[in-house]
Amino acid sequence: MIHRKKSQPRATTLPLHAIAWIVGAFILVPVVYALLGGFKENSELSTNPFGLPETWVTANYTDVLGSGSFWLQMWNSTFIAVVTTVLTVGFAALAGFIFARYAFRGREALFTLFTAGLMFPFAVAILPIFVLLRTFGLLDNPLGVILTQAAFGLPLTIIILRGFFRSIPGEIEEAAIIDGCTPFGFFWRILLPMARPAIATVSVLAIVGSWNNFMLPLVVFSEEASWTLPLGIQQFQGQYASDTARILAYLVLAMVPALGFYAIAERHLVGGLTAGATKG
Amino acid sequence: MLPAPAPAAKRRGRWLTITLFLLPALVLFLLLVVAPILVAVYASAFRWNGFGGLPTNFIGFDNFTRLFGTEIFVQDMWHLLVLVLLSVCIQLPFSLAIAMLLNQRIRGRTLYRLVFFAPYVLSEVITGVLFSLILSPGSGMANELLSVFGIESEFLADPDTVMPSLFLVMTWKYFGFHMMIYLAGRQNIPNELIEAAQIDGATTWKTFRHITLPLLGPTIRISVFLSVIYTIQLFDLVWILTGGGPSHSSETMAVTMMEYGFKRSQVGYASAISVVMFVLSLVFALVYQRFVMRRDLAGATTTMGGRR
Repeated sequence: MIHRKKSQPRATTLPLHAIAWIVGAFILVPVVYALLGGFKENSELSTNPFGLPETWVTANYTDVLGSGSFWLQMWNSTFIAVVTTVLTVGFAALAGFIFARYAFRGREALFTLFTAGLMFPFAVAILPIFVLLRTFGLLDNPLGVILTQAAFGLPLTIIILRGFFRSIPGEIEEAAIIDGCTPFGFFWRILLPMARPAIATVSVLAIVGSWNNFMLPLVVFSEEASWTLPLGIQQFQGQYASDTARILAYLVLAMVPALGFYAIAERHLVGGLTAGATKG
Repeated sequence: MLPAPAPAAKRRGRWLTITLFLLPALVLFLLLVVAPILVAVYASAFRWNGFGGLPTNFIGFDNFTRLFGTEIFVQDMWHLLVLVLLSVCIQLPFSLAIAMLLNQRIRGRTLYRLVFFAPYVLSEVITGVLFSLILSPGSGMANELLSVFGIESEFLADPDTVMPSLFLVMTWKYFGFHMMIYLAGRQNIPNELIEAAQIDGATTWKTFRHITLPLLGPTIRISVFLSVIYTIQLFDLVWILTGGGPSHSSETMAVTMMEYGFKRSQVGYASAISVVMFVLSLVFALVYQRFVMRRDLAGATTTMGGRR
């Protein structure tokens, strides 16, 4: 059985590799084009779009890295992503704990309300949110974006965490209570550490979602000082419209954190997305 | 599980715990998700520029009748239909085929998987700006590539080619996501079933057609669901790539809404558009879950939501 399996595919994998290479080229060519293009003169981009640069121009990359605005946007994106994640996961864990381990009147109704939140498209709420944030004076304030992102991240996070909390045996909680643990003590010192894999998954989802968010920062931030990376990229393209090589360099540098994070957290990201999609 | 009946003080403590733990999430959710959606529904019945507290100039369904009569809205719906059909008929089968390919034991499949999924992690803005440069008419990279075959295209700048170009970018960014869902679904199918079919003499195609495909049914239905819900709200990519142009030929409902809500300050009218988007998502979700996914759902609503 096993022998047959191992010897059989050898003859047939070549066309499979060919297809995989073509698809891989479809994915990679744009990225490699951007990477190399960042090292080229603008005139060379059209005469020699695919080859290595004739002379490696590093100015495009070093200019971006030397500009304060790039690092400011990087900082803003990071700050917003981290605080969003802490709030989303923290609040969702507290609520998920109750939904998983306490029986009370109205629990199912409340939980359904949160799950229904999955059906509320963000775009539908953007106008009232804008008006609301303006009323509270939260425009051009990172908090405006953070709180809104956290609110919209709650449903999925609560669903995933509740499912995980449920799988932890009730005996552990009873033992902790008998030993004099308060509900919060149990939650903080026993449940959360045990749920570390689930916490990691939902955190990764929250970070990526916040990092890539565009629509909300677009309407909330008008001052350049509060821009996140996506807003900065869009603005940079407008500003240097004809300087393609410089935009490519900016794009490549903006990709680095996302791809680096992907390399580290790939397992959690894929696991979380597929679990969210298939199990709910 | 319910604890044994407790004295009043203990019960009060229990309720206190429940309230305190639920409160932060509930307040945030009601204030920034539920309330805004209700306000959007409310505001859609008013002529409102978004200022001065709640709207007062009630006009009933006028915003909706005006919306349904416009050429742009009809186009938005047409674009939605085109993108959904292209996704379901081309992008998803393609993702499924690649997932089946990567399910084979071929050398380096982990690397292929890693690469194919990578675009999903990049933001829509990075993707959009990158492809607006690559697809730029004239001397963009795509045209340099096509010139080998002696053809040239205006891509995003031509109303005739803008939708296929947009779809190409969407496929670049999202097929890896669907591929991953299919791979996860495939791995939940016990290999014994496939092997049994092979031992019985079924060809590879027959095994796929009669064993793998039916067992992947729930996964495929969810992937279609996510794809449609996402397309209804499509905004970021279109906004960056074309802004809805040239002359509205790639506009989506979300783009129209942003145009009217933020550029023209017709918040009431824009709210009507957002309500249509909402109702469309909701009706699709309910109908789809009722008739298509009913066998897959054991009492749970399954989506990962439009947010990503």
